[in-house]
Amino acid sequence: MPTFIFDGRAVPFEHGQSIAAALIGAGVITLRRTRRRNRPRGLFCGIGVCFDCLVCVDGTANRRACLVAAREGMVATMQSGTGLDDLGD
Amino acid sequence: MSPDVLVIGAGIIGGACAYSLAAAGLSVVVADRAAVASGTTGAGEGNILVSDKMPGPELDLQLRSTELWRQYAEDLAGKTFELEAKGGIAVAMSLGQQEALAELSRKQAAAGVDVHKVAAGDLLKLEPHLVPDVVAGRLYPQDMQVQPMLAAAQLLAAARRHGARLRLATEVLGATVASSRVTGVVTTQGRISAGWVVNAAGPWAQALSQRLGAPVPVSPRRGFILVTEPLPPIIRHKVYSASYVATVASSSAALQTSTVVEGTHSGPVLIGASRERVGYNSTLSVPVLRQLARGATQLFPVLAQVRVIRAYAGFRPYSPDHLPVIGVDPRIDGVVHACGHEGGGIGLAPATGEMVAELLTGGQTHVSAEPFSPARFAGGG
Repeated sequence: MPTFIFDGRAVPFEHGQSIAAALIGAGVITLRRTRRRNRPRGLFCGIGVCFDCLVCVDGTANRRACLVAAREGMVATMQSGTGLDDLGD
Repeated sequence: MSPDVLVIGAGIIGGACAYSLAAAGLSVVVADRAAVASGTTGAGEGNILVSDKMPGPELDLQLRSTELWRQYAEDLAGKTFELEAKGGIAVAMSLGQQEALAELSRKQAAAGVDVHKVAAGDLLKLEPHLVPDVVAGRLYPQDMQVQPMLAAAQLLAAARRHGARLRLATEVLGATVASSRVTGVVTTQGRISAGWVVNAAGPWAQALSQRLGAPVPVSPRRGFILVTEPLPPIIRHKVYSASYVATVASSSAALQTSTVVEGTHSGPVLIGASRERVGYNSTLSVPVLRQLARGATQLFPVLAQVRVIRAYAGFRPYSPDHLPVIGVDPRIDGVVHACGHEGGGIGLAPATGEMVAELLTGGQTHVSAEPFSPARFAGGG
């Protein structure tokens, strides 16, 4: 089975599965932490509307885990805050 | 029982009128064909600016309005509308712009505006991500921002605490007239009689004024705003190109853009500003959005790494001589106009409401009302 990396851990996925679906299958439900109060957030609408499931994918913040198809070798991380804290550094 | 005053429009202008009128002891009904802040008020940035105004009646009205916004923030303490005294920065990108900015700011200072010259090197201390090749700038500490929909809602709520009533989903179809005086309106929800009818219908003020038999030439001037993904606080002021003032003052119907960039309390950066007169067409225009994005990245190169998550269009209520239309209509009794503020309605709302209340209660106005009088459009009609 192919895998991608989420926070350093190999996550298996079926071809065509979204990052969010694969992570739920692997028991991971916290995908990001909120900007102000560091609260956990995960999959909510599952169809790309609510922007709750944002993760960083291959260095790009604010990707919707429910819409991005998992790929072999992809490196995703839990997003903290805006995910853009090093912007302009 | 019929109210002393019926205000048509539940945006920021209608809200400010209702608040001032109700606080002055008049009975007030506010009617809107849709909902609170459903028009121009909900489609802008919430600017309260002295910096984009040339000396004259509009600047005088703004200086009074800026005072009132600060007072309202105290009067309505605990009812937040995110008033943020962030200050504005106008930047010149060329020697020509620098001279124009210097001349404008000199005249503004003489008219009572607080404006400070900022050397190119010091601009980067105020805005670290600004492009380094700016030539010069001016800091306007009086420039502020509010969340405009919240502000309109809070003003209406305050008016209701003084007894005002709100009638939403109520569209005006025509006027009732007796002895050449408008005595009320016919709406989709029945008749409303009133001593006075206030036209605060924003970009639809012309259509309403025609229905009231007192036409004023206010037309829509479209603008787009780009909204970025939420960012850390990297842009601290409202920052705009010195060409903005010329764009605001222009009367051209054709597309004009000038760069305006500002951060918001909640993280996204707002990017404007475009102006074009295309009627009520709100279709997104990719070339306009592209121009706005290009302008913003020229001013703040860091924004090239950032994604836009949405864009929206709104209609500014454009008056052909760039002055709001405020005052009693000279042609038919019972009609008062409070419209035509173009892109400055949020900023100008409190002083507009105050002026309407002062005119209807026979008091002295804080700011001279004569330049705003609808009489200038009444001749030759």
